[in-house]
This record gives sequence, C-alpha cells and structure tokens, in this order.
Amino acid sequence: MKQSITLGKVTKFMGLGFLSTFKDLFTGKLGKEDYISFLRKVFVPLASILLFIGLWHMGAKSLYNTEAEFKIEKALTDQGPEAAEALRACIASGESSCQPNTLPSPAQVWGSYKSLLRDHNIISADKAAFAEKTAALNEKRIAAGKEAITYTGRPSFVDQIFRSLKTVFAGFLLALLIAVPLGIFIGLSPTLKSAFNWFIQIFKPVSPVVWYLLVFMIVKTLLIDSNEDSSFTISFISVGLCSMWATLVNTAMGVSSVDKDYINVAKVLKLGPFQKIFKVVLPSSLPLIFTGLKITLSVAWMVLIAIELLAQSPGLGLFVWEEFQNGANDSNAKIIVAMFVIGIIGFLLDRLMLTIQNAVSFDKTDAI
Amino acid sequence: MAYLELNNIHKTYGQGDNATEVLSNINLSIEEGEFVAIVGFTGSGKTTLVNLINGLLEPTKGEVLYKGVPVQGTSHERGVIFQNYSLLPWLTVGQNVFMAVKEAFPKKSKKELNEIVSAYVEMVSLTPAINKRPKELSGGMRQRVAVARALAMKPEMIIMDEPLGALDALTRGNLQDEILNIWGKDKRTALLITNDVDEGIYMADRIIPLRPGPNATLGPEFKIDIERPRDKTEMNDNANFKETRNAIIEYLMDIGDERKSQAKEEFVLPELSPKDFVNQFK
Repeated sequence: MKQSITLGKVTKFMGLGFLSTFKDLFTGKLGKEDYISFLRKVFVPLASILLFIGLWHMGAKSLYNTEAEFKIEKALTDQGPEAAEALRACIASGESSCQPNTLPSPAQVWGSYKSLLRDHNIISADKAAFAEKTAALNEKRIAAGKEAITYTGRPSFVDQIFRSLKTVFAGFLLALLIAVPLGIFIGLSPTLKSAFNWFIQIFKPVSPVVWYLLVFMIVKTLLIDSNEDSSFTISFISVGLCSMWATLVNTAMGVSSVDKDYINVAKVLKLGPFQKIFKVVLPSSLPLIFTGLKITLSVAWMVLIAIELLAQSPGLGLFVWEEFQNGANDSNAKIIVAMFVIGIIGFLLDRLMLTIQNAVSFDKTDAI
Repeated sequence: MAYLELNNIHKTYGQGDNATEVLSNINLSIEEGEFVAIVGFTGSGKTTLVNLINGLLEPTKGEVLYKGVPVQGTSHERGVIFQNYSLLPWLTVGQNVFMAVKEAFPKKSKKELNEIVSAYVEMVSLTPAINKRPKELSGGMRQRVAVARALAMKPEMIIMDEPLGALDALTRGNLQDEILNIWGKDKRTALLITNDVDEGIYMADRIIPLRPGPNATLGPEFKIDIERPRDKTEMNDNANFKETRNAIIEYLMDIGDERKSQAKEEFVLPELSPKDFVNQFK
C-alpha cells in the first residue's frame, strides 16, 4: 500500500497543523465543525494578535505622554515658560530631535522594520558594486598569490541575522558533538555516571555570562599568537557549553532507561556490545535525545544574544547592544524589531528540530 | 540424561529481610523432542522460571542443565518467544527478523540471510507486511513476527512465555495450530508456559501445574495421551481429554482455595482510625 504525501500531512509533521485549515477553507470541503475549528485556529489567534497590538499601542501612547509631560515640566522649571512652550510645539510637530525616548509604538516599529530593510538593500547594492569594482583586481591578486580584497563596510540587519544563525549552529554542533557521546557513556556506565554527576550538577546552572568569561580566559591564551578575531570562536564555544546540558542529561537518561524488554531481546539474540548500543540502545533513546537537542537549540538561541553582546561578536546581540548605545530616536524601535525577529527565528528553529525529530525517531506511545 | 534438567532450583529476589523466594525446589526434566506445558496462575513465577531456563536469570540455588551442561547466559540454541512480543519498534518486520538471523548465522552472506528472513516471514504469512513497522500491525501479527524471529534462528529448543496470552480466541487458535505445525515438522523440543489449561492440553505431551508463588513449586504432572494431529472439536468429546482437563482444573482450584484460606488468616488489619484534623488546631 502506497502512502501519498499531502499538504495536511506535511504541515502536521512539521508542527504547523493550523496551516491545513486554510487549505480546507479554499478547497471548500467544510462542515459545521470545520467552521468552528477554523474560527478557533485562525480567527482566535488573529484576534488575540490584534488585541496585543492594540494594548501595546495604548501603552506606548500613555508612556509617551508621561515622558513628554515630564520633559515639558522640566523645561518649565529649568528654563522658564517660553522654552516649555517651544518644546511643546516641537514635540507636537513630530520633529525627531525633541521626541520623548520611551517604548516605541507598533507603527514606529513597523517603520523601523521597513527602514532596516531599505538599509539592507542599500548595503547589498553597495556590496555588489564593490565586488564588481574589485573583481578584476582580485583576480590579479589571487593569481599573484595575495589575498582578495573583501568588503569591510557596515553589516546590514539581515547580515547580522545570518551571522547569529551561524554562531548558533556552530555552538549547537559543538554541544551535539560533546553532549551526545558523553551522555551515552554516562548512561551506559554507572561508574562514569558517579564520576560526572558533580560536574553536571555544578556546571549546569552556571549563567551564560560566566561561561563567556571562562571561555574568554581560555581561548584568549590559546589563540595568543593568532591575529585573527577570536570573538566568533569565543561566542560559539560559550553558546555550545551553555546549552549542551539539556542534551547531556537527556541522553544519559534515555540510554540508562531503555525498556527492559529490548535489553532482554538484545541478550537473547546475543548482540555484541557495539551492536547492542547502535541497534537497540540508541534507537530506543532517540526520542529523549531529541527532546534534549530541542531544548539545547532553544537555549543556544536564547543565550546567544547575551553572549554576542559581551563578546562583541557580530550578530543580533551586538545589533541590539549597539542600538541601545546609539540612542538615536529610532533605536528603541529597532531593538523591538530585533526582539520580534529573535522570537520568530527561535520559533522556526524549534519547528525545524520537531520536523527532524519526527523524521528520525519512532513514536514512543505506539511502541510495544 | 534428560535434554533439559532443572535440579532443586530456588530463586530469591531481594536481600536480607526483603528477600522473597519466588521459586522453591523446582525439579523438571524434559526429553528431546517433547512438548511440555507449564500451567499456572498469573503472578505465580512463570516468567521467572522461563528466564532461568533461557539464561536471562541465574538461580539462587540449584542448577539448570541443558544437554547435561549448566546454563550460563543466553544461547542461540534456545529460542525465546516473549510474552509481550518485544519487537523493536523502530525496525520493520523484515529487519526485526533479519537482526536475529544475522546474529544466529554470522557466516552466511547477506543474500542467504535475506532468503531465510523471507522464508520465515512467509511461514507466518506476513509477507505482505514485511516492510511495516510493529505499530502498524495487529497484536496477532506482532506475535507472529515474534514467532518468526525466534524460529528463524533455528533453535534446538523453543521456549514460549505465554506467547498467546494477549490475543483474542480466534487468532489464538490459528497461532496454536501454526506453532504445532512448525514443531511437528522437525520435532524440536518445546516448553510452553501458559495460563490456559485447554491450550496446554491441545498442544502439549505433558502438563505440569505450577503452584503459585511465593515459594512456587511444580505440582504433579499430567500426561496427555491424545493422538496427534489433534482436532479441537473432536477433542471436546474425547473422554481422556475431559478427564485430564477436569483433573488439572480441580487441582488448580484446590490450590486457589488453599491460597484463599491462607490469605484469610494472614492479613489482620491493625486498629487505625483517621486522624481528627478538625479538632487538631483548636
């Protein structure tokens, strides 16, 4: 019997089941229950998003007024009524130099988002022009055995996103390579478990900032001879070390709690130790390992911002920090844009892991 | 010398004050080619007994002799069909059987191994489902895979731990016939553990009741002198069958009554009343 792949199955597989309601809506096969489920799955979230934006807008407005009143009051006491009147007019005219600095409204954030995209387009065009200009020269340089000239201008917001993703994936890979094998060994051997237990218990709750400082101390000395910028190395190692604990603990637990029936099967079939690990123990603990990896990836993405900020490694964290330091009138709005981008990417990474997990592991509830 | 011999087996779980003797003084000998059934209540230590014979457990006292040699660990010579199928859920039917065959015949080529796998899957008539995973199969089909897996290793002795316990009556009947068929072909030695007296009588040469644990021990054996192949409907009218069946059931009922009357004396509830929470804080 062949199984067909439908849109509904794919979206459900990826944990995006709500998308299939749209398909039902357009194909027109709707019963009464479908309408109710459509309302629940599409209308209710949309309504709550609108409510959220409304509350945000009102909150921002009230904060804006408080800040404006405070500024005017201050001008009145410091510089007299004329200056206060001038400031009031200035704020009302919307001129950027005298705007109160507070929580930006949704409209401002949307504006900043568009300006960031424009900025990205300008920088991309600039980069392309630079590449075109230096193409001939670079060819010569490479032929002569020299390094090519690269674009060293300011990175755009989109570039920062990709750099952050690169750091997160490098850190995640490091966590995977350390935590999964170590977790397997710890899970298999009670001796190793008691040897490592204190280590896990003490280092697991250490904060990302401290991890960064620790990695910094070590990597700085190790790379003492190198002229390369070590901020990327430091930040991805810190991200990996911060986030690997969930995978380590889950892998060890999964490996040590394999169903006794499967172990009996391995014994009766007389599987060798290698076979036993790869054919029985690992497949049976895959669901738990993946739960750990999912947590690891979301923790990695979460601590990344703080670590990039400290390490001065390019990425969204540094972007947020620079905007905060910058203090321009749209800086706050840009920070909020970054916040949403971080949240949405975190959500997508989680779905990505769920998809991989569904593809490689069996469903524990169905297993007998 | 018997094919399989259990001499004064005792099995105790736990240590010191917590020790419970599950099996005591078990003596059993099975001849080559014989089909023996052990019948007992649930929780009477049947699975422990099976695990002692297949080598998953070691007896606390006494010895298990297989062809005159003490059993140490599991062996491919003794195939096991587990009570709860124990298929690996991440492997397909074919892969589950293949894994066992590969371990049993490490020297054969992949092609030969695959031939063995398809032959045994065919034998339990699951060829159409060979690429399915256990969760897509019904309980009966899963148990047939377990049967195929155990038999594909060509064991000299088949040990079955309530293999049909979880199945419905119809599937049960079919599988009983299938197992008997396979057993009849090359007359391997077989040990069946079951809680169904009729199943035991239909399949076995000898039935031995297990008196329930703790301190479970084997009761007197009952020989089944009904010619093979046996027919279920005819058997119901067979005087011999009725007699044996009644004798075994009577024996088991007596044990059950004994256990109940003992239970009455054993459990005296202490005088306790709920604490008065309302007046406690006044």
